Amino acid sequence: MLKFTCPYCGIEASETELHAGGEAHLKRYGPGSADEEFEGYLFLRKNPKGVHLERWRHAMGCGKWFLAARHTSTLEVFGTYPAQTHEPPAEILEKIRAKYPEALK
Amino acid sequence: MSDPQSALGGAVYQGYLTVKDAGAQGMLTLRGDHATLGAAVKAATEQGVPAQRQIEGGLGGGAAWASPDELLLFCDYSAAPEALEKARKALEGQYFLAADVSDARAIFTLEGPGIRDLLAKLCPADFAPKALPTGEFRRSHIGQVAAAFWLESEERATVVCFRSVAQYMFDLLSKAAEPGSELGYFAPTAS
Amino acid sequence: MSTRLPTGGRLIDRSKRLGFTFNGKQYQGFAGDTLAAALLANDQVLMGRSFKYHRPRGVVASGAEEPNALVGLGEGGRFEPNQRATTTELFDGLTAISQNHWPTLDYDVGAVNAGLSRFLPAGFYYKTFIHPRAAWKHLFEPFIRKSAGLGKPSNPGDPDRYEHAFVHVDLLIVGGGIAGLQAALTAAGTGAKVLLLEQEAHWGGRAPVDGAEIEGEPADVWIKRAVETLENAPNVTLRTRCMGSGVYDHGYALAYERCTDHTPGAAGPRHRLWRIRAGQIITATGALERPLSFPGNDRPGVMLASAVRDYIVNYGVSPGDRVVVVTNNDDAYRTALAVNDSGLSVACIVDARPSAEGPLAQACRDAGIRVESGKAICGVGTHSKRLKSVDICAQAGEGAVLETIDCEVVAMSGGWSPVVHLWSHCGGKLLWSEDNFHFYPDVTRFPTSDNGAQYVRTAGIASGAMLTEQVLEDASKNAVAALADLGHSAEAWRPSATGVEEAKMAPVWVMPQGASKAKKSKMWLDFQNDVKVSDVELAAQEGYQSVEHTKRYTTLGMATDQGKLSNINGLAVLSGALNQPIPQTGTTTFRPPYTPISMGAIAGPGTGNTFQPLRKTPIHAWHEANGADWEPVGQWRRPYCYTKAGESREAAVSREVRNTRKSLGLLDASTLGKLLVAGPDAGKFLDMLYTNMMSTLAPGKCRYGLMCNENGFLMDDGVVARIDETTFLVHTTSGGADHIHAHMEDWLQCEWWDWKVYTANLTEQYAQIAVVGPNGRKLLEKLGGMDVSKDTLPFMQWADGTLAGIPARIFRISFSGELSYEIAVPANRGLELWEKIVEAGAEWNITPYGTEALHVMRAEKGFIMIGDETDGTVIPQDLNLHWAISKKKGDFLGKRAQQRSHMASADRWKLVGLETIDGSVLPDGAYALGEGSNANGQRNTQGRVTSTYHSPTLGRGIAMGLVHNGPERMGEVIKFNKVDGSTVEAKIVDPVFYDKDGEKQNV
Repeated sequence: MLKFTCPYCGIEASETELHAGGEAHLKRYGPGSADEEFEGYLFLRKNPKGVHLERWRHAMGCGKWFLAARHTSTLEVFGTYPAQTHEPPAEILEKIRAKYPEALK
Repeated sequence: MSDPQSALGGAVYQGYLTVKDAGAQGMLTLRGDHATLGAAVKAATEQGVPAQRQIEGGLGGGAAWASPDELLLFCDYSAAPEALEKARKALEGQYFLAADVSDARAIFTLEGPGIRDLLAKLCPADFAPKALPTGEFRRSHIGQVAAAFWLESEERATVVCFRSVAQYMFDLLSKAAEPGSELGYFAPTAS
Repeated sequence: MSTRLPTGGRLIDRSKRLGFTFNGKQYQGFAGDTLAAALLANDQVLMGRSFKYHRPRGVVASGAEEPNALVGLGEGGRFEPNQRATTTELFDGLTAISQNHWPTLDYDVGAVNAGLSRFLPAGFYYKTFIHPRAAWKHLFEPFIRKSAGLGKPSNPGDPDRYEHAFVHVDLLIVGGGIAGLQAALTAAGTGAKVLLLEQEAHWGGRAPVDGAEIEGEPADVWIKRAVETLENAPNVTLRTRCMGSGVYDHGYALAYERCTDHTPGAAGPRHRLWRIRAGQIITATGALERPLSFPGNDRPGVMLASAVRDYIVNYGVSPGDRVVVVTNNDDAYRTALAVNDSGLSVACIVDARPSAEGPLAQACRDAGIRVESGKAICGVGTHSKRLKSVDICAQAGEGAVLETIDCEVVAMSGGWSPVVHLWSHCGGKLLWSEDNFHFYPDVTRFPTSDNGAQYVRTAGIASGAMLTEQVLEDASKNAVAALADLGHSAEAWRPSATGVEEAKMAPVWVMPQGASKAKKSKMWLDFQNDVKVSDVELAAQEGYQSVEHTKRYTTLGMATDQGKLSNINGLAVLSGALNQPIPQTGTTTFRPPYTPISMGAIAGPGTGNTFQPLRKTPIHAWHEANGADWEPVGQWRRPYCYTKAGESREAAVSREVRNTRKSLGLLDASTLGKLLVAGPDAGKFLDMLYTNMMSTLAPGKCRYGLMCNENGFLMDDGVVARIDETTFLVHTTSGGADHIHAHMEDWLQCEWWDWKVYTANLTEQYAQIAVVGPNGRKLLEKLGGMDVSKDTLPFMQWADGTLAGIPARIFRISFSGELSYEIAVPANRGLELWEKIVEAGAEWNITPYGTEALHVMRAEKGFIMIGDETDGTVIPQDLNLHWAISKKKGDFLGKRAQQRSHMASADRWKLVGLETIDGSVLPDGAYALGEGSNANGQRNTQGRVTSTYHSPTLGRGIAMGLVHNGPERMGEVIKFNKVDGSTVEAKIVDPVFYDKDGEKQNV
């Protein structure tokens, strides 16, 4: 039973209050994109055994989507941050790289 | 004009505390940048804009923090259309959403000792006084449905859920309030 | 004979007699007894039968690890199988039955299995029931099913209540023995919020029975004072009868409280599942004693040495007059002393170690007890299923009998294994001790939580600390460490050494060490599942190396006790057979729950009317009172139809369709999703969400639209009404309201976060009532208050006003093809409007109709239904909805996907109407047969039925389906398969069966 702190309302929410949304920071490819780009956007996901940036929605709560940096095997959470960004905040990246220098490459 | 029918028409369960359908209540959803909503909140409810997860006032006149860009306002049921108009007028020209949601919800009041214990049977939130002080507005799930609630005092709380699941919520709260089932975790049991 | 001793029993109250029955026989016990203790006190030694061979079984343990004394408790709906007699508190009127035997516990026909045991070796089922193939289904399986299974479920349903409790604590301590108490004492003065759980009704665990002394005082005194201190500590909550059953990710833990098992009929829940979120967890779960593997060790009367001690000291029960203690360690000598102190006799202490010279051995010798070292038991003698004697031999040899000693009880001890289950549940690793020959927690490889730091620690014997002062010191030390991680400082305590030194134990996995195969086939490892030393050795011989595979092959440790007694001995035997060190073999995985917990506790409040939420519209009660035949739609209940007395469902649906088309019908459409989308960019946003153009819709008007996901597949449809320049009201399908709202929020929050759009789900704010049929306008005019004429409110427009005195918004939209108004009013006034409409509509024979009539009418019109014509693989183009796909828009969700070669191909299954040649109704989901067969020899298909109904309007079956290049094959007759293997012919036709020009809805 995972828990994450919602960066919008500050609640430490239990997994039953959340909805998982898969990999974060996908770049959308629309009309005019190449088949390979579109395939990557629609189907190809990282699924690492290691640090993963992922989407969670505080569905049974404030309703906001947030992003989390989580190790998929140890379940360590390096931080959560708002969804309106294209990459994790620097302090979260630092925390991850201090422990897993090869992560997110 | 006939009376508006709340989902359960004022049903009451008397257990070790009292579970009561609070009847038709006025409610508005107000979405927008909280910093810009002050005048509308004041016009509709006479309250200020609540801080994060707080509620100002209560049923019949209140403003609750629902998310960083959403407030839930409370007023009398019959006053809701007028309150909505006042809010809209105050926000004229701004970017916002305002809607009457009085009929979309069911509201229950809990009265008596052991409120924290009762809610802790049904909801994963932390009900310790430190984690949920009186006057904090919390959104979570009760049983399997979304709910919001706050404690006005240690012996009085309000629970808000969607209208369609009013019976489910009432049954759930009533079961949890059955005499003899006191959890005795936050409050000492009677025995 | 086992009997009640004249004195003693620290947990019982001899002034309170309790009556109970076992297999219908009346017995008496005392308050404080467990069922097992009370049965023993009544000389009921035989308590069950083993699973495979149905061998007679007596109680072997005194706690949660008991594998044998499983009983069925209670009667009727409260009957519960597989309850351990050792953890069942006695109460007045308790009824228990033994299980796994026929016809009686004493005479069991199934015990014939025992005689065949050499024909039922490890993997017997896998080896035997393979051939002939057909025999499995008709011969073997029915037989095995009949004889398999342990206990019976209750019938009828369970009348008791169960509940959950969610709590958040800083420090959870599992186990209320002296280690758990000491850990809690360490935390008591701090600001940390502590929850201390004890699975039994009493605090203190084994220490008082073991005669432990703490700081010069008997353990009982120290425990009493500790509990008092903790009860007065405001930051500590204590809970007995509450077992920590599992540790999970991020500090989550479950505990199982048995609230009223011991006071049946009392108010309140029977069990409660505690769902705990803890910052730190300390498991002070103690240790379990291991049996010894000697021939005949499964006979009733052979018990764990600790259990013998418990029955004497805790319950004043003598398991038998003459006791032989057999051991490889010093602790069992305490049992000899307890037996001796109680006035019973110890015939001999058989110690497998070459010498027995510790202080405890000396104390026994001083008490005049005979001690034989270097010896073993190589056989047992029985009489009437009871132990009569044991044969003694040299441990070093092959089992030549040196002496036969009469006894009624064997108290065995193979050493102690720390209970590391909770430590291991979330990844704590183990080390093997060459001092104590057990696995214990490796403190360097601990479970980690969301912050990447340790969150589970053990305390006391669970850590592998074996002596009293070590236990307390370890508990104190680990509590200080856990508290430090929580930001609290506490002082460690180092008690003075008062424990008795113990001599080193010896690893003894088979007794005697040179036992023959025949002897090993009488050495039980798993008492419940009848797995013996010979079975594990056979598995190894057959090539099984992994302990996990061996477990499943032999069923070792797969009984209800989950191998609490058998696992270590079993894997030691496996290691021996594989000739490798024990740590290399490793353990099987420890999984929650620690001991079985009730299904009721897991379900908690999720039973009966709160099993799951049932959503009701504001008009639900009226439907119920007027013959609604319910259909689940998501969590909603909607009337499928309204049956009148004596009317079939089919007849009701036909009547509803005919009356609506002829005159006037009425539908509760409140479940329809209603989403408000507002803001300067609302039009732009809806243009991205819908395949067609929404931004060009004029205020006051309605437009039907299709929504696709990024895969291009159709996900929802509905009518969008533009309220004003910046506000739209989006109608979704009934099932789609919540997830389409979530879909909108997802795109707004995560992709187009700079767009100025807000949404609100207003689905439940409005009751929505569809008034349908040629007399609809007349009805609304009669209700009065709004101009609903063709010119003022034409088709696909909406208007606000007051209808029949109720504020209303009327949409002129139609899903039936008839003149139709959908009226939205505040939900609290929905029933009022519905009743007014029903009353006013009487003159036109107004007919409420349900979802099936709705479906039939939309199918007659060729309107698609999400979930029927779509299944997550269908694109709008497949449904010939090109007219609703904008060619002007550069982008919308799904557009790029629909350009993929397979999607854009002309060669797809497409929507057509289907008319059977014989007028019958096509089977739903039937496939259209194609030519030839595929690589698997299956018949090729060329289409399938998506919607099929009997049309009361046309008096024949109508259907829609997706057919390969269907629209180009109008008039062609194709065949569809039926469940009975026959086929039915249908003609490909236009999907609009009724009012092709749409004149009726546009009047």
